[in-house]
Amino acid sequence: MTQAQIIALINSSVVFGTVILFGAVGEILTEKGGNLNLGVPGIMYMGGIAGLIGTFYYEKAMGADAVPIICILIAIICALVASFISGLLFAFMTVTLRCNQNIMGLAFNIFAAGFANFYGGSLNKLAGGVGQINVLTTSKAFRATIPALNGLGSIGKIFFSYGFLAYVAIAFAILIRWFLNRTMVGLNLRAVGEDPAAADAVGINVTKYKYLSTSIGAAISGLGGLYYVMDYQKGTWDSAGGVEGLGWLAVALVIFASWRPLRAIWGAYLFGILSWMYFYIPGLTRSSQEIFKMLPYIATLAVLIFVSLQHKVENQPPKHLGLPYFREDR
Amino acid sequence: MSIKNAVRMVDITKTFAAKAAKVVANNKVCLDINYGEVLALLGENGSGKTTLMNMLSGIYAPDSGDIYVNGKHVTINNPSDAFALHIGMIHQHFKLVEVMTAAENIILGLDEGNKLIDLKNVHTRVKDFCDRYGFVVNPDKKVYDMSVSEKQTLEIVKQLYRGADILILDEPTAVLTPQETQKLFAVLRNMKADGKAVVIITHKLHEVMDISDRVVVLLKGNYVGELMTKDTNPQELTNMMVGRPTTLNIDRSKPENLRKCLEVKNLSVKDIYGVLKLKDVNFTCYGGEVLGVAGISGSGQRELLEAIAGLEKLEPGAEILYTPNTPGAQEENLAGMSPVRIKNMGISLAFVPEDRLGMGLVGNMDIAENMMLKSYKDGSGPLLDLKKPKALAEKVVKELEVLTPSIHTPVRRLSGGNIQKVLVGREIEQHPSLIMTAYAVRGLDINTSYTIYNLMDEQKQKGVAVLFVGEDLDVLLELCDRILVLCAGQVSGIVDARKTTKEEVGLLMTHLG
Repeated sequence: MTQAQIIALINSSVVFGTVILFGAVGEILTEKGGNLNLGVPGIMYMGGIAGLIGTFYYEKAMGADAVPIICILIAIICALVASFISGLLFAFMTVTLRCNQNIMGLAFNIFAAGFANFYGGSLNKLAGGVGQINVLTTSKAFRATIPALNGLGSIGKIFFSYGFLAYVAIAFAILIRWFLNRTMVGLNLRAVGEDPAAADAVGINVTKYKYLSTSIGAAISGLGGLYYVMDYQKGTWDSAGGVEGLGWLAVALVIFASWRPLRAIWGAYLFGILSWMYFYIPGLTRSSQEIFKMLPYIATLAVLIFVSLQHKVENQPPKHLGLPYFREDR
Repeated sequence: MSIKNAVRMVDITKTFAAKAAKVVANNKVCLDINYGEVLALLGENGSGKTTLMNMLSGIYAPDSGDIYVNGKHVTINNPSDAFALHIGMIHQHFKLVEVMTAAENIILGLDEGNKLIDLKNVHTRVKDFCDRYGFVVNPDKKVYDMSVSEKQTLEIVKQLYRGADILILDEPTAVLTPQETQKLFAVLRNMKADGKAVVIITHKLHEVMDISDRVVVLLKGNYVGELMTKDTNPQELTNMMVGRPTTLNIDRSKPENLRKCLEVKNLSVKDIYGVLKLKDVNFTCYGGEVLGVAGISGSGQRELLEAIAGLEKLEPGAEILYTPNTPGAQEENLAGMSPVRIKNMGISLAFVPEDRLGMGLVGNMDIAENMMLKSYKDGSGPLLDLKKPKALAEKVVKELEVLTPSIHTPVRRLSGGNIQKVLVGREIEQHPSLIMTAYAVRGLDINTSYTIYNLMDEQKQKGVAVLFVGEDLDVLLELCDRILVLCAGQVSGIVDARKTTKEEVGLLMTHLG
């Protein structure tokens, strides 16, 4: 591999990794509260399509006068609101109505894929029938870099050639780690995920914590969908469902990282490298490429095996993950 | 010293909506709790003691009735309300987060104005409590590394840290050794001297006599009466608790015609983590004898029974030699045999832990179908024989007085005691030569418990070997002929139940000889 190829691999891995890092960090927050939301792919769909719809109408109305910073704000607000509401729905179904969490998550994915692709297709039609919509101004704004840093040769290419959301994702991971390990609210949240009866007995409002961690977690995951549309797909809609595969990888990354946000950072980029490696290995055919795309899942399985051999309580999932809690159950 | 009232509960009623009917857990119960006093709340399982106290700790809300704390009318909707009123409850199943340290568990959910976790403060304050009342707590120890008694101490410190002046303990001695119980009682006496109000929920009479100043008795959700401990005696309390004059005696027969039934040699078992759960266990079990098994919970009792029943993978070198009850029969080594084969030889595992409906019976099946679980191979060809199990079900229901609408009622709808009778009845009807039971009376009312004890004794007289894993040492001393004591998976001693004392057994439970 040449130096240019290595840099290109790193660049595409970071872009790839950023999508799943958002997904995983949000899901870690959700799961630490004891809710297993398998709807991450669906939430990414929702975040992506909502951001796209918002900016599409804004750009259409303003034409060439669209202001980049407003594009970004609209996109982020739309994505956050849509995915927050998705999380709220999940919390309502599983915490209040006590539906099975796995079934709810899977059902939501099917719903969200249909919902997002319906609007994605409609937007394409509205865009004038050429077949592709493109929110140029917004996508450009999302992908903007600081020229002075980006221009620093290979260092600049490796570290400073990404849109701002790539750095926001890292910041979120660090912030969530700090929140979980250093704050009282984080401690309480972990207790809710581990043993809601114990949390309840010391006066922690289990329902409130579950609602908030699930909704805010979903909002963070949704940013991954937005980043996918604006950066990875450069402001177009991909109706082939690429974001769904990434959503599942985000779920796998949570396990790979043993529910630790900092481990998710390098895990995300590692998944990126593993996923893109086929591109840089000469002599692969279309079919043998696919073998390489399994690598992130194989890495997750390897971690699962390693962790289960290790028998360390701290590396296990939250004890009450995926189970409903009802105080008067006896 | 004048008595200062802490809590007054007036006409408290609480019902649970069960599947079909309403269950009245508390019916117009009145109760006073005073500072500087230990109150014993006495009653059988299911008499509503815990439910009543859960309404003080904010776990349940009463349907009707009034609660006064320090003379003021209060409504307690959740545990936070209870803390605000300085009420703290130590539940029978500890409410601790296993992966967290003691200190983290202590500050959990507290709002002391700190947004960040501050453990330094906790260390000094915990040390204060320890010095004052005589506990030992290591704030940095993870809960999963703690013994049962350490967890209980942590729960008490947790409540004191939250400023509890009214402390409720639900069956605190159920899992403690006699020595640990004495330590706990010493702590409770210190608290009483410090002016705190202490309530202890229990069904053990000698503990009531030992620690309490006053006793309130509940029966089937109703208030029965209140006595000063110094003015009463165990017999009077038993009568109040059961609702009629009762003598509770286990008719322990003399062991006769002892016959070697099972000899266990070098038995070791590892769990899935590779940790030894049983280590070099050796003992012999005789037909015509009840061999009790004592030990702190989790000392290898479950593994021992499962190993004999063929449900565990044994470490090499283990021998389980079984002598069938037929003249001239040869000893056979059961080690490595499948459960079906072992069962066919006449070893019956009436394994009856907390999950009675897990390993013993199928909750959604009716009584007759549950009988069939042991005879499903008997039918002709692919068809089941339905008649025999039905007849057996009717026999068990009749002989053991199982309260059920019919033999076609799913067993999960029966009460714990009746489920137990179905299970034990079925096992006995297999005419086993060895019966193994684990915690056979957990959750049962006193009368059913004594029915079970006497059934075991009856089996013994028929020449059956009974292996009885128990947790109540008083019962083990009264029922068994010999007691095998397990300590951390090893046999720390086998004693004569007629000659030993509770203290001796308690010591063996915690020390390897």
